[in-house]
Amino acid sequence: MDTIAWTDDTDAAQPPPFGDHSTLTLHVNGSDRKLTLDHRTTLLDALREHLGLTGAKKGCDHGQCGACTVLVDGRRANSCLLLAVAQDGRRVTTIEGLADGDRPHPLQEAFLERDAFQCGYCTPGQICSALGMLGEAEDGFPSYVTAPDTAAADGPVPLDAEEIRERMSGNLCRCGAYPRIVEAIEDVTP
Amino acid sequence: MSHATQPLGAPVARREGREKVTGTARYAVEYHPAGRLHGRIVPATVARGRVTAVRTADALAVPGVHTVLTHENAPRLREPDDPVLAVLQNTRVPHRGWPVALVVADSLEAARAGAAAVRVEYESAGHDTVLTWDHPGMYTPEQANGGYPAVRERGDVEAALAAAPVTVDATYTLGGLHNHPMEPHASTARWADGHLTVHDSSQGSTTVRDSLAQAFGLGRDRVTVVSEHVGGGFGSKGTTRPQAVLAAMAARLTGRPVHIALPRRYMPALVGHRAPTIQRVRLGADRDGVLRAVSHEVATQTSRIKEFVEQAAVPARVMYASPHSRTTHRVVALDVPTPSWMRAPGEAPGMYALESAMDELACALGIDPVELRLRNEPAVEPDSGRPFSSRGLAGCLHEGARLFRWYDRDPQPAARQEGRWLLGTGTASATYPVLVSPSAASAHAAPDGSYTVRVNATDIGTGARTVIGQIAAAALGTPQENVRVEIGDSDLPPGSVAGGSSGTASWGSAVHHAATALARRLAEGGGVPPEGVTATADNEKEAAASPFARHAFGAHFAEVAVDTLTGEVRVRRMLGVFAAGRILNARTARSQFIGGMTMGLGMALTEGSTMDPLFGDYAEHDLASYHIPVCADVTDLQAHWIDEDDHHLNPMGSKGIGEIGIVGTAAALGNAVRHATGVRTRSLPITPDTLLPYL
Amino acid sequence: MRPFAYLRPGSVAEAVRVSAERPEARFLGGGTNLVDLMKLGVESPGLLIDVSRLPLDRVVPTDDGGLRIGATVRNSDLAAHPVVRERYPALSQALLAGASGQLRNTATTGGNLLQRTRCLYFQDTSKPCNKRQPGSGCPAREGVHRDLAVLGHSPDCVATNPSDMAVALAALDATVHLRGPEGERAVPATEFHRLPGDNPDQDTVLRPGEMVVDVVLPPAPEGAASLYRKARDRASYAFALASVAAVLTVRDGRVAHASLAFGGLAHRPWRARAAEDVLRGAPATEETFARAADAELAAAEPLRDNGFKVALARNLAVGVLAELTDRADRSR
Repeated sequence: MDTIAWTDDTDAAQPPPFGDHSTLTLHVNGSDRKLTLDHRTTLLDALREHLGLTGAKKGCDHGQCGACTVLVDGRRANSCLLLAVAQDGRRVTTIEGLADGDRPHPLQEAFLERDAFQCGYCTPGQICSALGMLGEAEDGFPSYVTAPDTAAADGPVPLDAEEIRERMSGNLCRCGAYPRIVEAIEDVTP
Repeated sequence: MSHATQPLGAPVARREGREKVTGTARYAVEYHPAGRLHGRIVPATVARGRVTAVRTADALAVPGVHTVLTHENAPRLREPDDPVLAVLQNTRVPHRGWPVALVVADSLEAARAGAAAVRVEYESAGHDTVLTWDHPGMYTPEQANGGYPAVRERGDVEAALAAAPVTVDATYTLGGLHNHPMEPHASTARWADGHLTVHDSSQGSTTVRDSLAQAFGLGRDRVTVVSEHVGGGFGSKGTTRPQAVLAAMAARLTGRPVHIALPRRYMPALVGHRAPTIQRVRLGADRDGVLRAVSHEVATQTSRIKEFVEQAAVPARVMYASPHSRTTHRVVALDVPTPSWMRAPGEAPGMYALESAMDELACALGIDPVELRLRNEPAVEPDSGRPFSSRGLAGCLHEGARLFRWYDRDPQPAARQEGRWLLGTGTASATYPVLVSPSAASAHAAPDGSYTVRVNATDIGTGARTVIGQIAAAALGTPQENVRVEIGDSDLPPGSVAGGSSGTASWGSAVHHAATALARRLAEGGGVPPEGVTATADNEKEAAASPFARHAFGAHFAEVAVDTLTGEVRVRRMLGVFAAGRILNARTARSQFIGGMTMGLGMALTEGSTMDPLFGDYAEHDLASYHIPVCADVTDLQAHWIDEDDHHLNPMGSKGIGEIGIVGTAAALGNAVRHATGVRTRSLPITPDTLLPYL
Repeated sequence: MRPFAYLRPGSVAEAVRVSAERPEARFLGGGTNLVDLMKLGVESPGLLIDVSRLPLDRVVPTDDGGLRIGATVRNSDLAAHPVVRERYPALSQALLAGASGQLRNTATTGGNLLQRTRCLYFQDTSKPCNKRQPGSGCPAREGVHRDLAVLGHSPDCVATNPSDMAVALAALDATVHLRGPEGERAVPATEFHRLPGDNPDQDTVLRPGEMVVDVVLPPAPEGAASLYRKARDRASYAFALASVAAVLTVRDGRVAHASLAFGGLAHRPWRARAAEDVLRGAPATEETFARAADAELAAAEPLRDNGFKVALARNLAVGVLAELTDRADRSR
């Protein structure tokens, strides 16, 4: 995954740096993208402003709306709160990377089919979040509404509408497409 | 590829859907012209006063900062058509958050750092930002928003109330509410050869073009505003917003394209909101529930720079028959941000009060709330005496009650408990006027048999692009896939704003006429020449005044569960039935209704902006503190409709649907909370702090 | 946000050494709060020491049957850990009650402990705040404070600690292990966060250069069940108006062991010792639970608009203790 080599030798450290830019590599949608960035640049701004990937949206810039959701090393995250420099070497998947060639991802198809969006601004984040969420359930991650006895069991957590709603609550939709979003996700839930 | 002609009403999928789900749909700051710069506003930190100095040296020293615009160096504007656009023109600070400088830099990071480094000094005066019923500055305006007379009276309300055997006298208090569309307001502006082009997050780019042409003293042909995809607006993007003016100023000053996307935190002060209201509703009725008197008195606030009066008493002029009626608005100008349109201005807060009062009356009379409403159905529009073009309220109430199984209900309050939860149901009516604004369109036939319609409509998520294609296809008798739709550009035939639930009626009428004219010309024979055939039309006929009272109606039914330990309210079911003329696209219409109801749920239970009297601003600046509903708040939510055959509307027979979903929702939920708990809260949102003390 | 340098240290020792040398440095974990505060201008470090890739990302059993949780373990991983779910369910529930799936995937154990108040004045650099700028004043006391403290506040600060996780850790008698320039030390979770007093700029007892390296849970008490419950303004993704974490053992109808902590009420997770004194040995009845909650909340000094929190906390505590008692009855 990443190429950081850890050293246990406490004295081998470099003197602390003073520069405010770094060169880093992000593996974005399957391609290595080498960038020299201001340390202040978030992953979201790196994608949108430096890589031309404007699918991830800036809705709040503070981790409060989910419009910027992407997958980092396969797990969903708010890219507005991740400093790009700290993601050096990581795999980033954005909405632009979900389709298989010309064939949209089943979640994208389901959102289309269910009219699970209106203005579309939260939609890339919703879809990336849904993708991450399905993986989390598959891996047995519980949610706040997972029954304790289910939680103790191994294996995937079955996703009913209540589970989907709770797990998707980090993605705001002001148009109010939630019922359709839940239906779309149910359509692709195993 | 062969496609059948689909009738209007078919659930056609959104034309831009694929772009939206794949992330390729571009919004206002996602155009990246070469050499673009980033602008960031510096907001005022006093609520009332004057800027005495703007010290920019530190900001200009920030690497990457190009310039700082202040009232001293910003381009002078002609007097804008909206006072909120007169930014950086003088030293006055009319409210906290008003732009006092704009930092322009070559990166977002530098712009942010630069804005933080600008030092502004003020001379401030004591501010007054708190609305009270008897504020000494209260006055009666001539008109409320929408051009409605501020005051209407019929008969003798006081005498009728005094004589009525049963009365309700209740005051409802609503704080501010914020639109908070997911896309913050944003613009990309550039000048080339004296022509200004702006990509703007707007609900109507013709309006924005006109504002910018006026402000910069340009002919309208020298300004182009594009709003291809817009991330919601809910009214807040219905008028030109300061970032468009600031981006154009900065682009002119720097000679480079300039992006401005408002930080979410600046939106509560800069892009409008639903004004707080205090509403006193008095109802007088006979024992059989027939209303004798309706009085709805509204007190609200506006800013010091612009009069905006939330027309909350207007729906009481439409809803119920009553021989005696008074509906009034008063307003006070405070040192607060300028309120504006938020989804169903007037109707949303007004129907919360009126429909809560109707529920109070039903309780006082011991009459079922649905029945009470049915007993007060008017024969003509109560205020104007005009006949209704169609009035579907009774049908919605009947159908909703049936679908919801309303009549299983025991009217006794606080009588149903499941564990720690108290359960209750509530209902409320909805109404929204039929509005039409001038628009023009063209329809073009190409030699290859395809068509293109052009109209400067805006699709803010309503499905406008799709339904315009359907309207054109129906008029042309061709599959809708065969029609190209061009919208979202002020160089197209002028279209009205996507607001007031008027878009489809306004643009659609013009499109229908243009397409019909084109079909007629094609039917004359002779084939299509290489340059094609074009027909143009406007909607003058539909936009003219109607002798009919034209309104959509609806009925909401809701079931809530109230946690007796915490006062938390959870919605179990919401069901709305709407009568809005002919529904032109079942798929996108359902989404609109559900979306409106969801925003109504927020209004009822989660959303509120608190005026901080110490600093004179709305305290909630972000989406962590301003709670729009999340997915977990919205469970079983259904929208249904009754198709109406109304020939007094427009060629499509449609009424608007974008706003009626939010109208009455909060009352239905509040009424359900009362049924569940016996507690009548007369303010929103109903959060644990407001409910728990009474449980 | 001012420019800053960035360091990814190779070891905890290096992280701590650099931190001690560079007072303008901050540790970067998941960054979900720090980056947020940097954008607001509340935090403006000159150096970020990225500790998120240090090998502190493991949850391992301790010799005595407890659990050692590394500081960089992600909140979602901790919530999903089988031992946490089985033996410390209140901790799993508290984590899952906080934030969103995305944020929990990013936020770390150490960072969660160190997240700062969501007081609206603290977050707004255009307004005074003693926590952000000592001596500038506390407008929250007279201003907008519905969400703020009812217990343990001071004239200088009425902020609340926003963490859900920390409330569970307080009830579970966790210990926070720190490493600093002068070596390691362990602080009970209940004493890790401070009350504001006259220096509310200090959220915790961390000394300059110190970092959280892990959190240790003692063995779960024999026969104990635990639960976390939270009240909020919407169904998910909102900070607590009030919350409670409880660990309870009932034997023969009496409380054999109880520990209780409140969230959303004070500048730190509020371990309810007075309530525990009432509970211990008393009949496990709602009457006892109410008496216990009242004993604790007698010290509350609500502000103008947050008095509801006292009743809310009381009801939550009674409800949670009753539910734990019910479960104990059912499982017998």
